[in-house]
Amino acid sequence: MTNIPETGRTPRVQIRLVVIQILVLSLLGTLGGRLWYLQIREGAEYQKEASGNHVQQVVQPAVRGDILDARGVPLADNETRLVVSASRTDLTRQKDGGKAVLTKLAGVLGMSPTEVMQKVRLCDAKTSRPCWNGSPYQPIPITDEATPKQALQIRERSEDFPGITAEPEAVRRYPSPGKSNTAQVLGYLSPVTDEEIQKAKDTDSPYLRSDMVGRSGLERTYDKVLRGKAGVTRYEVDNLGRVIGKAESEAAEPGANLVTSIDSRVQRVAEYELDKAMKAARQQYDKITGTNYKADSGAVVVMEAKTGRIVAMASAPTYDPNVWVGGISAKDYQALTGKDSDYPLLNRAIQGQAAPGSTFKVISTAAAVEAGYPFDGRYPCTSSYSVGSQVFKNFEGENFGPISLGRALEVSCDTVFYYLADKEWKKDGGSNPKGRPKDYFYKAAHQFGLGKGTGVDLPNEVTGRVPDRRWKQAYWEANKDAWCRTGKKDGSYVEKIAYENCLEGNKMREGDSINYSIGQGDTLVTPIQEAVIYGAVANGGTMYQPTIGKAVISPDGKTVREIKPKKRGKLPVSQATLKGMDDAFAGVMTRGTAAWKFGGWPQDKIPLHGKTGTAEVYGKQTTSWLATYSEDYTVIMTIAQAGTGSGASGEAVRNIYSALYGVRGDGSIDDRKALLPEPQKGLPKVRTDGTIAAPKITGDPAKDTETAQKDNPTNGDDQLPAGTTPSPTTGNRDTRRRRGHRARGSRRRSA
Amino acid sequence: MTGTNSFSVSRYGPERPGWTRLFARDSLTRRLDWPILLAATALSLLGSLLVYSATRNRTELNQGDPYFFLLRHLMNLGIGIALMIATVWLGHRALRNAVPVLYGLSVLLALVVLTPLGATINGQRNWLVIGGFSLQPAEFLKISIILGMAMLLAARVDAGDKPFPDHRTVFQSLCLAAVPIMILLLMPDLGSVLAMVAIILGVLLASGSSNRWVFGLLAAGVIGCVAIWQLHILDEYQINRFAAFANPDLDPSGVGYNTNQARIAIGSGGLTGAGLFHGSQTTGQFVPEQQTDFVFTVAGEELGFVGAGLIIFLLGLLLWRACRIARDSTELYGTIVAAGIVAWFAFQSFENIGMTLGIMPVTGLPLPFVSYGGSSMFAVWVAIGLLQSIKVQRPMSA
Repeated sequence: MTNIPETGRTPRVQIRLVVIQILVLSLLGTLGGRLWYLQIREGAEYQKEASGNHVQQVVQPAVRGDILDARGVPLADNETRLVVSASRTDLTRQKDGGKAVLTKLAGVLGMSPTEVMQKVRLCDAKTSRPCWNGSPYQPIPITDEATPKQALQIRERSEDFPGITAEPEAVRRYPSPGKSNTAQVLGYLSPVTDEEIQKAKDTDSPYLRSDMVGRSGLERTYDKVLRGKAGVTRYEVDNLGRVIGKAESEAAEPGANLVTSIDSRVQRVAEYELDKAMKAARQQYDKITGTNYKADSGAVVVMEAKTGRIVAMASAPTYDPNVWVGGISAKDYQALTGKDSDYPLLNRAIQGQAAPGSTFKVISTAAAVEAGYPFDGRYPCTSSYSVGSQVFKNFEGENFGPISLGRALEVSCDTVFYYLADKEWKKDGGSNPKGRPKDYFYKAAHQFGLGKGTGVDLPNEVTGRVPDRRWKQAYWEANKDAWCRTGKKDGSYVEKIAYENCLEGNKMREGDSINYSIGQGDTLVTPIQEAVIYGAVANGGTMYQPTIGKAVISPDGKTVREIKPKKRGKLPVSQATLKGMDDAFAGVMTRGTAAWKFGGWPQDKIPLHGKTGTAEVYGKQTTSWLATYSEDYTVIMTIAQAGTGSGASGEAVRNIYSALYGVRGDGSIDDRKALLPEPQKGLPKVRTDGTIAAPKITGDPAKDTETAQKDNPTNGDDQLPAGTTPSPTTGNRDTRRRRGHRARGSRRRSA
Repeated sequence: MTGTNSFSVSRYGPERPGWTRLFARDSLTRRLDWPILLAATALSLLGSLLVYSATRNRTELNQGDPYFFLLRHLMNLGIGIALMIATVWLGHRALRNAVPVLYGLSVLLALVVLTPLGATINGQRNWLVIGGFSLQPAEFLKISIILGMAMLLAARVDAGDKPFPDHRTVFQSLCLAAVPIMILLLMPDLGSVLAMVAIILGVLLASGSSNRWVFGLLAAGVIGCVAIWQLHILDEYQINRFAAFANPDLDPSGVGYNTNQARIAIGSGGLTGAGLFHGSQTTGQFVPEQQTDFVFTVAGEELGFVGAGLIIFLLGLLLWRACRIARDSTELYGTIVAAGIVAWFAFQSFENIGMTLGIMPVTGLPLPFVSYGGSSMFAVWVAIGLLQSIKVQRPMSA
């Protein structure tokens, strides 16, 4: 071989050939370098990715823990249903993609083949529901209502149904013991979303794709303890999901059980009475609007006064929690959440807020005492109170002469509170205070826990609102542009209000403070906040954080974690004043605004206390409030657009107490009929196998109570009784009295 | 300058037994470039193992026979080697006279692809299916273009008329190349077009054509790319698809998926790989087109840096020897043909391996010798035959 080419070729070609050679070898060198980088330097990283690539998980869901009432009666548990599922992995391996098998299966189940096939297709952007949203490696449930006969047909001829299983599976159920519903308190479950999986990835309780997650109520608050831990089997799979080997598996751990302080019987009574009261209110004629009351929503809270534990919590309108079981249909979901629905998912006991009306006077009284006005002093209860051209009338224009604060609470005299609030407003410097105003009335509201959540163990509690100077400033800043644009000095009512607000909406005006003192205007409270306040008055001044969860019991029953009542603070009220208030609230029931509904009540044996309230809402009918307490319980009831507190709720609240204490209509007490004469102490008994013993509830506690109330002298009594009590149906206040101040507050009101 | 054919050297010598003749000092076998032959054979056999590993589980492709692709690959290799022997036997110079016919035939074949007789596979209409066999005429076009351009460019230089091809000749040769490129663009087979451009550049460089042509061609290519990009001739998804090699997120379900899975497969191989038939990416069929365009990922995953590096080394050895042949050829025709083959193999290897490593965009070009595919196998072995022919016939024109 000649080393020196005898080509006689010009150097140009030779040089270029060398250039090509160098170029070619450097290209291959680049490949080698890149190969080294990927395989040697980053190799470990890619090995990890590769192992994640070909491993898929199959999940055995954990059985969710039960939610029990205080005696162990299940409010939410699981039932075994025969679930027929299809394995996509097996179906796709079949020649026709499983079409024949699914068609045959549809025949057995009595479904249409298209329906079955739609259920097993995977969801993507282009596929409309029904479709499978979960992992394609997970068996896809086709029905959870298979009959034993259908299941047998499938299992006995399993060779005819490759990829189809019929297994008993635990499905969430809300058994509604004693016809109680408890829907909003229990909440509901729905499948976990991608976002949540991402978010919880690195926490101590990551979600699995198959998980159901508590969306609301106790199911959400206690989701972590109820959920348990799903079992996972990891398979090696190829790119089409065909299993090529089994890797490892972990067994499922069932979730813990939650014992609550709810008593399902009392819950039933509360729900029944709320519903009945609302229906009754709709039969009542409202003079102001010239129609019957709408009574469109309402709530009841029954709370242990000395611990803050919730015994019953009802919200209306309501719904059947079992609509969520096995996946809610689009139609049902629309009915629950759509614009035309009455939003039954809202728990109005913690998410409904309204002006408190006269139930607020407990705060005004405390504020007045704090400001230096003796509780037993004498204050003029005139028929009206005038400020400049504005006249603030007393309810029904009554005149009681000079009375104590206690008596003012009893008869719900507005003018006493107008007078005190106005005096303090002036002392603080009027609309343009110099220095720091004392604002006793607003400070007290904050000290009573208004304007912030109570911390109840339910999600999405609303805070209510204290319309103090800071709020007014912030609110004015947010809205002044709109007000100043639409406001007209000589325009319509709304335009005039806007004009006024544009000018001085940021200032605490005299009328604002006067209205505020009796719970009208921009103040908003929730029923649960009222329960905490009146519970504190009942127990001597301690405000508790309301709780529903009482204990978490592990599935084997061996470990019990009790949820202790939590104190949130003290009422800013001295014991002497508290005693005075206590007496006054007793007087409300015996000779005050609620007396006409509590005639014949065994007050000597079971002393009841209470305060009525009737809050105005611009453009709507009045909100009724009835805040009551006995030695052990606080019962708060509110119904929107239903008239006065006593008129709309008096009978219902009385019936709830009757059920608790076993009081008959004639005032006699039947201890055997009493549902809960004392708050439930201790926890339900846990058997050695971890199950929890529960008494059976027979019949309908609400109907039993109703029957026992036959002889009640006040039942169905809509006539105006003698004395100081107002008429139940004509409870609207004189609209002239607070001219120009309701519009702002009510336009935003939600309750 | 004996003027005799190298085949005839022994003809005039004393008669010897057949086998001794085969290994005689001046025999054809002695003068063959054995490193190239060995490298090509090793690559093809390695390829058959990789193709087998990639396809033995792909029941939807191999019609239930795990050896389907292995056997066909070996059969292609056999045919390829036969074609090589035929090429050496004929000699590249003899083929020089047949170039117009070969060129015409391959262009005609490529045109047939555009008619309803052509088949569309993976979005590209570049297949010709005849009686169960599928052909990719683009592979044969590459050889035709090399031979055709070499014939034109070398004609007057080898005749001693000129030291370099003149502008007119260069222009003619470019026109000759333009026809098949237009056909490829219509298919559209972008990968083959790029390979053609690389071949043309290699051919022009080796022919000694004026620098102006070389740089002019490069500039035209750059301007063309910029124009396509700026004038929005391509849709955004097409550009994304092209750019997905650098950022797989641009086309995560399409090409981005391929590059991602390919990179995972290769990266997870490490130094020595998972062992033949033990790669989880390969067994799990996560890399699409793994027996053809992405065959290198099998080597990367199952044989690791050692095995994949061996492939690159063998390609390097082959190309290095081919460059030697180009340099040593005594006539420009041989030099141009060898350089064209070098440019072809080099570009196609770099592009194919580069795309699996994520440094080149994804185009459908096979890895010479290794990828499964008859047309490619035949073409590269014919090219080997041409190289051998250039080598063994060298002294003749010296």
